[in-house]
Amino acid sequence: MEQSILTEKEKLNLLKEYLEQFKDIPRAESNLIMILHKIQDIYGYLDIKALEEVGNILRIPTSHIWGVATFYRHFKLRKPGKHIISVCLGTACYIKGANEIFLTLKDELKIGKLGVSEDGFFSLEEARCLGACSLAPVIMIDGKIYGNLTTKNVLQIIKEIRKKEEKKQ
Amino acid sequence: MGKLITIYVDNKPYQVEEGQTIMSALDKIGYHIPRLCYHPKLSIEGACRVCIVEVEGMKNYVASCAYPISDGMRIKTNTTELRRARRDIVELILDNHPEDCHTCERDGICELQRLAYAMGIRNRHFSGEKKQYEKDLSSVSVIRVPNKCVLCGRCVRVCSEMQNVFNLTYAYRGFKTVVSTAFDLPLSESVCSTCGQCVNVCPTAAFLEKNYTQELFEKLQDKSLIKIVQFAPSVRAAIGEAFGFPPGTSKEKETVAALRKLGFDYVFDTQFGADLTIMEEASELLERLKNNGKLPMITSCSAAWMKFVEQFYPEFLDNISTCKSPMSMLGAMIKTYFAQKMNIDPKKILSVAVMCCTAKKYEAARPELLIEGMPAVDIVITTRELAWMIKSAGIDFVNIEPEEFDEPLGISSGGGAIFGATGGVMESAIRTAYELYTGEPLMEIEINEIRGFKGIKEGIIDFGDFKINVVVAHGLGNASIILERVKREPNKYHFIEIMGCPGGCIGGGGQPYAGENAIPLDEELLKKRAEALYGIDRKKTIRRAHNNPAIRRLYKEFLEKPLSEKAHKLLHTHYSPKLPVGIIPKELTLR
Repeated sequence: MEQSILTEKEKLNLLKEYLEQFKDIPRAESNLIMILHKIQDIYGYLDIKALEEVGNILRIPTSHIWGVATFYRHFKLRKPGKHIISVCLGTACYIKGANEIFLTLKDELKIGKLGVSEDGFFSLEEARCLGACSLAPVIMIDGKIYGNLTTKNVLQIIKEIRKKEEKKQ
Repeated sequence: MGKLITIYVDNKPYQVEEGQTIMSALDKIGYHIPRLCYHPKLSIEGACRVCIVEVEGMKNYVASCAYPISDGMRIKTNTTELRRARRDIVELILDNHPEDCHTCERDGICELQRLAYAMGIRNRHFSGEKKQYEKDLSSVSVIRVPNKCVLCGRCVRVCSEMQNVFNLTYAYRGFKTVVSTAFDLPLSESVCSTCGQCVNVCPTAAFLEKNYTQELFEKLQDKSLIKIVQFAPSVRAAIGEAFGFPPGTSKEKETVAALRKLGFDYVFDTQFGADLTIMEEASELLERLKNNGKLPMITSCSAAWMKFVEQFYPEFLDNISTCKSPMSMLGAMIKTYFAQKMNIDPKKILSVAVMCCTAKKYEAARPELLIEGMPAVDIVITTRELAWMIKSAGIDFVNIEPEEFDEPLGISSGGGAIFGATGGVMESAIRTAYELYTGEPLMEIEINEIRGFKGIKEGIIDFGDFKINVVVAHGLGNASIILERVKREPNKYHFIEIMGCPGGCIGGGGQPYAGENAIPLDEELLKKRAEALYGIDRKKTIRRAHNNPAIRRLYKEFLEKPLSEKAHKLLHTHYSPKLPVGIIPKELTLR
């Protein structure tokens, strides 16, 4: 879980403390995956500054770190959006047109290569069966399931979330 | 020599040395298994699977580049199934490759194209999804075209194993795998040294030099400009290859003639700039030796090396000679000395350099090297770009009548010619420094211990009352090995020559692509190019930079003496640390 109460400096110190144990061992890069998990724990995603720090301290070229970080879907390469949307692409939903819904959302929210909308407001993720096949196609936004979707009513849901946010401000 | 074992290739027995791969054994007994990702200078990737062979007792075909031989092994290289499988593999590699061969920069000089031809692909049975990436045009030197990439990984390996730059990696995975920089930064914001070795080893057009030929063709039409060109020693040693001449054919005067036909008013020689560099650099070395200056002094001619040192080893910047490179020195002299002499407004001069190098494009754009606000060199093109321009303009390079350089900046010594081969700057500097110090000419002027293609070459030069320890490295990987050594033993050397590319400038990132039967970075090819330069040196009556009459006149009429105030203003500079900081991993190996 992201330790959001921490300041940037505190996060960096936490990371530095953690990296101490790898400093003087041979082939420190073989611990990279573990280190990346730690960064995601601290930051909630793989912050570039944190990755650079790992490179500098352990003398691992940053390109190598990037190669490993981008290989695994688990690692988030951008700060996740405020709202997380999971689109079910399981069999039932897929047959009912989930892929079209995914593409509509991707277009509408201007989702970039790293799965986050241009405004940083939404994250779009793929899910494999959310256990609500009778409502297919379904999506989940911040833990809440929305079912029986079409490419039209899904946009309506997004609009409502945006409206609520505007009211808050 | 290792133990001999017997292998059977297509039922014929052969005695071969044990402890090698199938491919390397077969290469020595008259076979050449088709291959793509394999490169003898780089680690074995086994990514492309083109080099498969059949081994008796194995369920599947094996990649011959990666599979070791063993005693009694029975190998088949040429069955119908095997040929069909290889053809299918190459066809699948082509599957998501753009079908735009006739508009591709490497049309006719593409390894993938040659391979497809050799495999007999006459139909495209598969046509899959194509990659859709933007070109990276951010760098002034090297551009990246991921759509053309076949993921052989040679660029990743040359960048990390040979150059120790580690700028490139495979990012993402599956169909989305792409060769990229750390954090997908544009090349211009990365640790790229701009050496262009990725361009050299790429089998397709996924890496290319930034092309300036159209701009140059346009400027050559501009009647208000005085068009002046210089070309590097290594250009003449390699340009013939682009016209079908065997490697090692020197085409010096033919290049001069072709450049005049392209529309240049004056053709000067970067070797003059090299002689000038030697005058300044040899004087600087003696000055540092006499006055307890910062040692070891390290050469600064190689543009890729300079960017590398700024990002990876800024702590050594005080060790770097303040001399500009021959190209930039000559450029500076063209826009000051020559302009004055000919009474030309320097703003009306178009100063062009033809280089064996992609990094020189970056150097020419450096703000540190401006002369009174003007760039010393306006446009840099590579050997490859010049060869293309000659072809495009309809000039018969093969039968062209040789012509002489223009005076005075076209006169050079043999010491200037050998600059292009690794060890050449050091050798030439010693020829001059020795005489400047002792007053006697150096008799043994061919210094064999620093010639040749060993990664790191050491020597001791006797100056009479003291000796200096010198060391030469080529390729940035070897350079970093030397610098790590100097960190541990700061007093080990007095003078270090570093060239960014394997073999020195003759192996530069802008040289003609490897031809039909050659491979990029091939040592035999580099040797032949070097021999062309040593041949030019041997044929010259003047072989020492300080005996060049045009250099003497330049000092008499304009610069006064080496390291004078004027020389400092025009011929010297300082470099500064740059971001992002490069990271050299702990374990370094000699290549």
